Amino acid sequence: MKALRLLAVGWTFHLKSLTSSGFFLMTSIFMPLLVATVAYYMFRAGHRPGSLFYASLGAAVYGIWSTTLFGSGGAIQWQRWQGTLEVIVAAPAPFLLVLLPLTLATSSMGVYSLASTLFWGRVVFGIPFDIAHPLLFALAIPVTLIGLGLLGLVIASSFVLYRYANALANMLDWPILLISGLLVPLSLLPGWSHPVSWSLAPTWGMRAIRDSALGGGHPLRALTMTLVLSAVYLVLGSVLLRNFERLARRNATLSLT
Amino acid sequence: MTALRIFFIGGLISYRGLFNWIHPAMYIPTMLVGPIFQILFFAYLGRYSRLESDSFFVVGNAVQISAMAGVYASTMAIANERSYQTLSPLLATPANRLALFTGRSLPVLANGLFVSAWGFVAGALLLDFRPDRSSIPALALATVVSAFACTAFGLALGSIGMRARDVFLIANVAYFLMWLLCGVNIPLDDLPGWMAQLGCAMPLTHGIAAARELAGGARLGSISGLVWTELGIGIAWLAAAYGLFRFFELEGRRRAALETF
Repeated sequence: MKALRLLAVGWTFHLKSLTSSGFFLMTSIFMPLLVATVAYYMFRAGHRPGSLFYASLGAAVYGIWSTTLFGSGGAIQWQRWQGTLEVIVAAPAPFLLVLLPLTLATSSMGVYSLASTLFWGRVVFGIPFDIAHPLLFALAIPVTLIGLGLLGLVIASSFVLYRYANALANMLDWPILLISGLLVPLSLLPGWSHPVSWSLAPTWGMRAIRDSALGGGHPLRALTMTLVLSAVYLVLGSVLLRNFERLARRNATLSLT
Repeated sequence: MTALRIFFIGGLISYRGLFNWIHPAMYIPTMLVGPIFQILFFAYLGRYSRLESDSFFVVGNAVQISAMAGVYASTMAIANERSYQTLSPLLATPANRLALFTGRSLPVLANGLFVSAWGFVAGALLLDFRPDRSSIPALALATVVSAFACTAFGLALGSIGMRARDVFLIANVAYFLMWLLCGVNIPLDDLPGWMAQLGCAMPLTHGIAAARELAGGARLGSISGLVWTELGIGIAWLAAAYGLFRFFELEGRRRAALETF
């Protein structure tokens, strides 16, 4: 019960904090709108207007990914810069339960991406908002947010070993956008990249959202895969975090930037 | 002579001190690896949308990534003086302002060219981009002019950073809007008229158009108008940047607000 309360309070706190940041509003609202707009004009000019709703959904999930990447990638580093890392590591609550709400909050910011991109597409480009399976669509969104939030936990706990975590975030934004099939179908990418795509929650979350919205495919299978990957990320993230905590305590490097 | 020292040596020292991404651990992922995937992403999106060939996206994005240096490094080279609380001592010196200001552009320009060249090489290796060998010097010229215009644009943003609270947010928005407005990924003819008009006043637009023509086999003489226009736009942005720099310096002195946020 205490753990749930900690998760809920932490999630609310971090969500409010992120919402007041100009950078995160830009990442979660402006960037997906821009990517969606570029894709709309490219599809229109290339005479593929039927793909506009496809692009809307892809850009929305890109917004979730981008916010998670930059938010989670810098999570521990920011605590370090602000001098709060020692305090939260020394607190009696497990470090995992302190960090997890932050990474989940970063992915939850993606709700802004989804809402703004679909609204933008409808109002500015007249893209019809017809959902084939509304219930599955409503389920796919929180599952995708959780999947990406837990991927964020892995990112947060592994990037911390690298002093220039923001450089890694800058670097990974594009490859995952490409390899997860958010805007470009995986079938166009080289075969060797597919196993990498399948190990990423954005791939399956995107598939779940897209299949439930556009119809066709296997949205339930994609949802299941997102949940399975979420569980794997949770285990991996907790192991990495424990390792980080052990090394930082042993080498007395917790507050060193 | 002093002005020349300020231009060359002062410019280099400022660049090394104020450009936060200069460390290889930051520079390589941000300025070299990330842009390769930007080129790949738009090339694949282009294939899926059936809009243009890979070469269209390689040229557009390879020239555009010079703006990573042009916009961000220029902004940092001016605006970070304020962040690091060195703006007041700097402006208390009698140093020639034009040399002090424009000197910061030279290392940025060189950096932008390097990143662009890297983008072209990556395009050749990964997407089989093969321009005619004889067009390479002219292509390099178009890239230099585009990188210059971007640097001037970045200096204007940096000057705004002498007053604005969060200039990096403005720089981010400006940089990303280039994908949409400057013909990087969408031909200007396919954009609404007002967007195309806006794009024509931005750096890169004419430089990218010239680079595409040259990569397609055109002679420099036949597209020199585009290169001259890009150069003119760069000079206009440089003049605007210097005007803003002087304006904010004088305003900062008058209101004692040089380093307040």
